[in-house]
Amino acid sequence: MMGAADLNIPVRMKEQPLLSVRDLGKRYGQRIGCRGVSFDLYPGEVLGIVGESGSGKSTLLSCLAGQQRPDEGRILFDGTDVLALSEAARRRLLRGDWAYVHQNPRDGLRMGVSAGGNVGERLMAVGARNYGVIRETAIDWLGRVEIAAERIDDRPSAFSGGMQQRLQIARNLVTGPRLVFMDEPTGGLDVSVQARLLDLLRGLVRDLGLSAIIVTHDLAVVRLLADRLMVMKSGHVVETGLTDQVLDDPQHGYTQLLVSSVLQV
Amino acid sequence: MTGPSMPLAAVDPVAQGDHRLKEPPGPPPQQKGHRTQHDEADGGEDQKAGEGVGGRGHSVTRVMSDYNFAYLDEQTKRMIRRALLKALAVPGYQVPFASREMPMPYGWGTGGVQVTAACLVPEDRLKVIDQGADDTTNAVSIRRFFERTAGVATTGHTEAATLIQTRHRIPETPLTEGQILVYQVPIPEPLRFLEPRETETRKMHELEEYGLMYVKLYEDIARHGEIATAYAYPVKVAGRYVMDPSPIPKFDNPKLGGCAAIQLFGAGREARIYALPPWTEVVSLDFEDHPFVASKADHSCALCGAGNSYLDEVITDDRGSRMFVCSDTDFCAGRQAAGKAGSEGPKEGA
Ligand SMILES: Nc1ncnc2c1ncn2[C@@H]1O[C@H](COP(=O)(O)OP(=O)(O)OP(=O)(O)O)[C@@H](O)[C@H]1O
Ligand SMILES: [Mg+2]
Repeated sequence: MMGAADLNIPVRMKEQPLLSVRDLGKRYGQRIGCRGVSFDLYPGEVLGIVGESGSGKSTLLSCLAGQQRPDEGRILFDGTDVLALSEAARRRLLRGDWAYVHQNPRDGLRMGVSAGGNVGERLMAVGARNYGVIRETAIDWLGRVEIAAERIDDRPSAFSGGMQQRLQIARNLVTGPRLVFMDEPTGGLDVSVQARLLDLLRGLVRDLGLSAIIVTHDLAVVRLLADRLMVMKSGHVVETGLTDQVLDDPQHGYTQLLVSSVLQV
Repeated sequence: MTGPSMPLAAVDPVAQGDHRLKEPPGPPPQQKGHRTQHDEADGGEDQKAGEGVGGRGHSVTRVMSDYNFAYLDEQTKRMIRRALLKALAVPGYQVPFASREMPMPYGWGTGGVQVTAACLVPEDRLKVIDQGADDTTNAVSIRRFFERTAGVATTGHTEAATLIQTRHRIPETPLTEGQILVYQVPIPEPLRFLEPRETETRKMHELEEYGLMYVKLYEDIARHGEIATAYAYPVKVAGRYVMDPSPIPKFDNPKLGGCAAIQLFGAGREARIYALPPWTEVVSLDFEDHPFVASKADHSCALCGAGNSYLDEVITDDRGSRMFVCSDTDFCAGRQAAGKAGSEGPKEGA
């Protein structure tokens, strides 16, 4: 497992990063949301962001995904300065090249629209105008997230929490985004449901070669999904490295605490 | 009701004079000669001789002097005209305006009434239709309102009207240059169905993000096997804004585009005005494999025999007999007067 990641590094370094972040900072009044965050994400790479509650994970993710404007720093996506984009271009990015999976599926789904309509929305947003094609694609994607095709005309309110989250994932991935942001994608779900969703996500990440940034405080999630890890505390990045290295041999005292507290559970 | 008391109760006979002109109507530059508010304490007993604006066979035409011409004060009319000009300059774009209380409930077309009030000049000949008919309660009371507050002539004939206020229909008779069609609009926002947040729908219009409109049509087909939206069918205006054409049947949608008349839309409760200048391109939204169809009942009118007009199904007796007749009563009467006839009497229902 580790070998594969190691081998990949030199190759990736020669490529252009998909996302390049420098000295990103966001304050809420006097309080620091996050500060001095820098990293590169390469195509096909999954970055996990971990840290205790209030450490700035969601703040960082929402700044990266263009939902909040950072106070300082730079974000380059595929060489483009994201913070300099017009609102129209930014929103186009959000419904095309980017996807955002919310912790609460209700925030990421249209609860009054059928499952098929939810999956089809992004297709229609980027210009799909053939009903038959939209429907076929929706059925295909429902299948990929293990939702039976016969549920296509049901509303998400008739779905379980786990199904809703899988539907949200299908709705986000249907346009083949190049970068996926996920905030606690398995939060709020039963443990057994979490395990199944993780399995599914791992399969999708592998099959599609997704580039993703996943925020979580669940180390099991990053162990399974993330190539690399960033550990945050009080808004700062305190440690970063390959997932297995960080988890098996944490250098920073805070990371050691984080890892050991998980092992105790 | 918190608005002013019903002005229709107090009627002042005032001579409006017979200064009808042949000019086409339009927002007048000035309001010279229009009635301004009287402030006599005598309750408005008028000194001038009541002459009526008769000559067209209409019953009462008494103009009230307690109110400004067409009820609204000049300040308000100017504000509405500014919104109308902006709306005409940006076809399909919803312009906010300071909607006023009108002496009738919302849902009775207060938006349309305000637009009409702002457009009327004394020379106008007004037609008011509701679901195609000139004689429904709603149409009659709006027509009477303007007869009394503006003293304008009224008519049932589409060709003779200079300004037509409508609810739920576009007349069958093609409109001509110089005419104004004013629509009463209950919900101006076509995206409201799926996105309740006003800030978000405005942003969607601004950035031309109309994917959501297709989600609505998708849901229709998924549920009904076809686009079942039969009224207020969304359109794209001049290749830019998606617009709700008010609850007209989709049969009328093709008449929206390339129309010679000015089309104005007023939503009173929601305080929005939008417009289609003459000859604007208007396209009904659809999917490649589910194209838009301007459908109607598959019959011809039992009274006039018209096969290309929008039909209402009416019950003709208490045994459930029914027939299909033109919803546009003026169109139907005109054809009958010209000797056209349908199957005449009521048919037995199934
Ligand atoms: N909208 C806000 N207004 C003010 N302060 C905020 C706001 N959002 C977050 N913060 C503060 O910023 C800091 C980082 O919060 P953030 O939500 O990013 O943490 P987190 O790591 O996502 O926590 P959790 O694991 O609980 O979701 C915290 O001190 C938090 O109180
Ligand atoms: Mg958070």
